[in-house]
Amino acid sequence: MSAKSPRAMSTGLFRRVLRKPLGVVSGVVLILIVGGSLAARWIAPYDPLAQDFSIVKQGPSAAHLLGTDSLGRDILSRLLFGGQESLGGVLVAVVTMLIIAIPLGILAGYVGGLADRIILRVVDVLLSIPGTIITLAVLAIFNNSMFVAMVSVGVLASGAFIRVFRSAALSVRQELYIGAARVAGLGRLRIMAAHVLPQIRGVLLVQVTLFSAATLGIQTGLAFLAFGPPPPAPTWGGMVAEAASLIQSSPWLLVPSGGIIAVTTLALCLLGDALRDANQERFTLAGLERGARPVRAGAGAVLVPDAATVPDADREEALAPNPDALLSVRGLTVGFGAPGRETTAIQRVDFDIRPGEVVGLVGESGSGKTVTALALLGLLAGNGRITGGSIRLAGEELVGMSNAELRTVRGARIAMISQEPMVSLDPSFRVGYQIGEAIRAHERVGRAETQRRTRELLASVRLDPAVADRYPHEISGGMAQRIAIAMALAGRPELLIADEPTTALDVTVQADILDLLRTLQEETGMAIILVSHDWGVVADLCSRAIVMYAGEVVERAAVSEIFAAPRHPYTAALLRSNPHGARPGEPLPTIGGAVPPPHEWPVGCHFAARCPLATEACRQAPIDMAHLPGHRSSRCIRIDALAAELSEVAS
Amino acid sequence: MSAPDTLQVPDILEVEDLAVDHGVGRKRKRAVNGVSFSIPTGSTLGLVGESGSGKTTTGMAILGMLPIASGRVLFEGRDITAIPRGEQRALGARRQVIFQDPYSSLDPTKTIGYTLAEPCRIAARADRMSAAQIAERQAMLLQRVGLSPDAARRYPAQFSGGQRQRIAIARALMLSPRLIVCDEPVSALDLSVQAEVLNLLVELQRDLGLSLLFISHDLSVVRHISHSIVVLRNGAVVEQGPAGRVYDEPADQYTRSLLAAAPVPDPAEQQARRDERHRRRMEDDSR
Repeated sequence: MSAKSPRAMSTGLFRRVLRKPLGVVSGVVLILIVGGSLAARWIAPYDPLAQDFSIVKQGPSAAHLLGTDSLGRDILSRLLFGGQESLGGVLVAVVTMLIIAIPLGILAGYVGGLADRIILRVVDVLLSIPGTIITLAVLAIFNNSMFVAMVSVGVLASGAFIRVFRSAALSVRQELYIGAARVAGLGRLRIMAAHVLPQIRGVLLVQVTLFSAATLGIQTGLAFLAFGPPPPAPTWGGMVAEAASLIQSSPWLLVPSGGIIAVTTLALCLLGDALRDANQERFTLAGLERGARPVRAGAGAVLVPDAATVPDADREEALAPNPDALLSVRGLTVGFGAPGRETTAIQRVDFDIRPGEVVGLVGESGSGKTVTALALLGLLAGNGRITGGSIRLAGEELVGMSNAELRTVRGARIAMISQEPMVSLDPSFRVGYQIGEAIRAHERVGRAETQRRTRELLASVRLDPAVADRYPHEISGGMAQRIAIAMALAGRPELLIADEPTTALDVTVQADILDLLRTLQEETGMAIILVSHDWGVVADLCSRAIVMYAGEVVERAAVSEIFAAPRHPYTAALLRSNPHGARPGEPLPTIGGAVPPPHEWPVGCHFAARCPLATEACRQAPIDMAHLPGHRSSRCIRIDALAAELSEVAS
Repeated sequence: MSAPDTLQVPDILEVEDLAVDHGVGRKRKRAVNGVSFSIPTGSTLGLVGESGSGKTTTGMAILGMLPIASGRVLFEGRDITAIPRGEQRALGARRQVIFQDPYSSLDPTKTIGYTLAEPCRIAARADRMSAAQIAERQAMLLQRVGLSPDAARRYPAQFSGGQRQRIAIARALMLSPRLIVCDEPVSALDLSVQAEVLNLLVELQRDLGLSLLFISHDLSVVRHISHSIVVLRNGAVVEQGPAGRVYDEPADQYTRSLLAAAPVPDPAEQQARRDERHRRRMEDDSR
C-alpha cells in the first residue's frame, strides 16, 4: 500500500478529467460559453435589440468584436443573449430525459422480471414514434412554446437512454457486493441508490454530454425554422437563418452564429470522450495511485538488472545453454513499461527442459510464472518485452526472432493451453471447424484430410467424433479443455506449455485431464511445462519442479526430492501451509507478510523479509543459485540451516 | 477439537428436507432436493460438492436470497420463511455471508469504511449505532482481521485478494452475527494467503462463538476447518458425518471418488491414489 493520502483517491471524476488536456480545453470552452450566456445581462456590450442602421452588416471591429447584423445589432451581444435560449432548451431536454431514464433504466436493469418487461415495451413504443413530427406537432399545439418542445424531445429520447442505463445496471446486478448488501438486509431502493447508481454514473455523464450535443442541434434547428421566440428576440438558430439568407452579400455573418454552435457541440463531444477515459481509470489501482508513487530511492531500490552486470559465481557455466536440452532458458529477464523505465517482472530465469520431460513451474500470484511461460512464446502482453537473456529451442535462439519467424515456432513446435478453455474457443463456430483451422494453420491439407485429422485428434483426447458438430456452449468445461488440447496437438508440438490447465475444473474432471495429459505425453513424447500453483497437480504429473518467487527461480529439483526435502525456505514454507496433512484444530503454518511487488524488490534475497532464517548477508547482495548434489539447485545461502531445521522436525 | 456441547445449546441452524428451484414456469428445475442437516451452535459444517451439486444454492436459500420450494430452514429455532418481513432485517444482522470472489464482493466506488458501515445503517432506529460507535467498531474489526484501521479510508483497488477477503470478513462481523455462510471463501486465494484466512476464521470462531457454514469444493480445506461434513451431489446429500470420519473413512462411493480425484502434495501418495482410482474404474467398467 502506498503511503499517499487516501483523500486524493476521492478526487473523483472531475479532477481526473481536468488532468486530461482535452478535458481541460473543452471544459474551459463550455464554461466560457455557458458563463457568458448566463452573465449576458452584465457583460454584453450592447442591448441585443438595439438597432443602428448606420453600421449594418459590418465585419469585426474594435467597437463590435464580432461585427453587426443586417439591422446594425451587435452580434456578440445577440450571441450571448441567444445562448440563454439555446442552452436553456438543451438543459430542459436533458433534465427531462434523465428524470425519466435514470429511474426506469435502473429499475428495469436491477429489479428485472415483470418491471423490466413492461418498461422495455414502453421503450419500444417510444423508439417507434417519429420524433420530429411529434415535436413539430407539439409546437403547433402548445403555441410555439420551445419549453414544451424540448420537454417532448427529452421524453422521446429517454427510450434509448433507458436501454443504456438498463444494461449498465444489469452488469452491476451480478456483482457480489450487491449480494452482500442484500444479506445485510438493505432494501432495493437503497441498493439502487448506493451501489447501482454510482456504477452507472460514468456512463451517465458520457451519455449526457453526447445527448446535449445532439439536442443543441435539434434546438438550433427548430429556431432556424423560426420556431420558438419570434424575432427580434435573439436565438442561435434564428441568427444562422438570417445569416443564411444573406450568405451572398455578407458571408461573415455565418461565422460567429454557425461557429458558436459548432464549437459548443465539439466541446460537448470532446468532454464526453475525456469523461469516458477518466471514468475507466477510476477505482483501478493505476488510476488511484497515478503520479503518486515516487521511485523508491536508496536502500531497497533495485535497478533493472542487466544480465551482464549481475555477479554470478558460476556465470560461465550457467550461461552456456545445455546442448542436450530441448529448451534452454538462460538469464531471461522481462520488463514492462517504456524502454529505459521498465518494471522488471522476472529476472535471471534459468532452466532446461529435456525432451519428453514434464516440468512443473510453481509459484503464487506475482511470482512471474505466467510471464515466463508467455515470454517463451513471444506472447508478452502490451508493453512487455524481453530485456535480457536467451531462450534456445533445440539450439535455436528465440529471443530476437521476428514475429513471422516466431509464428513458425508457435503452435508447431511450442503449443499452449490456458486456464480458461471456454474462452479460447470461438462461440460462433463448431468445435470441429476450430480444430480444422488449427490443423490448416500448420499444414496445407485438403478438406478430407482435415476431417480425418480432426477425427484423429478428437480420438486422441478421448472424445467422440460427433463432438466435432457441437458448438462451444454445448460442451462442458472438461470437454472444452480436451478440445483445447486437441487444437494444441494439431501442430505436433515438441513442447506443450499448460498454464493452470485444470484450475477452473472440478476435481474429478481435473483428474481425467491430468490422466489425459500423462497419456498423451507418453504417446507423443512431447515435453510439458505445467504452470501451476497447486502442489497436488505438480505431484501428480511432473518429474521435476521449478519454484518461482517474486520474479526469480528460487529452487529447481526433482519432484520426489522437493516434497521430501525442500532446499529453499520459501518452498518449505509454502509446502507447510497446505491444509493437506495439517492437523485439524491446529493453526496452519503461515509465511506472514506478502510477495513484494517488482518496484519493492530488495537488492538481496527477495524472500529475506519473510524468511525466518534470513541473516544480514541475505539482504546485502543478490543471491546466486547454489548447485547441490543430484542436479538440484536453490537460490539460498542458508541451505544448511534449513536442512538442519527440517531434519530436526522430522526426528 | 472437541465437538460443541449440543445438549445444552440448541442447533443454530436446522435444514429439513430443503428443496430449491432454479428458473420459473416451464424452465423450472429442481436444484436442491431433500437436503437435511444441522449446525450445532459454535461449530463449522463443511458443504462439499462439485459444480452443479447445489452447494451454493443451499447456502443462498439459507441466507434468504433464494426462495425455498419446500422443506424448512430453522435459524435459532425459528422457521425463516415464517418470519414476518419486518423482522427479516433483524435476521440479516444475525446471519452473514462471505463470498468467493474478493474482487467482486466489495463495491469499487465505496471506501472500505462505507462498506463496513453499511450493514449498521439499516438496523432498526432504536438500536442503530451512532457514527462514533460505528467508527470504533470498524477500527476494532479491521485490527482484528489484521489490517490497519486507516484502511477504512481506502478503496478496494488498493488491497490484494487476501486483504479484500479480510475486509469481507470484517464486514460480515460488523453486526455481531451468529452464523456466517462462507461460499468458497479461500478458493481464489494463493496457498499461503489461504492458510492465513483459514486461521483467521478458526480464531474468530473460537473467540466469538461463531457458527460457520463452509461451502467449498476442496476437501482438504473443508477437512481442516469443519467439525462435520455434508457431501452433495446433484442437489442431494450423499453422505454426512463428523469431518474426520467422512474424510478418512468415506462410506459412500461418490465421496470416495471425490477424495481419490483430489491430487495431494506427495508424489508417492499421489501415485498410490492414481493407481487406486484406475483400479476402481476398471472394476466399474468390468461390472
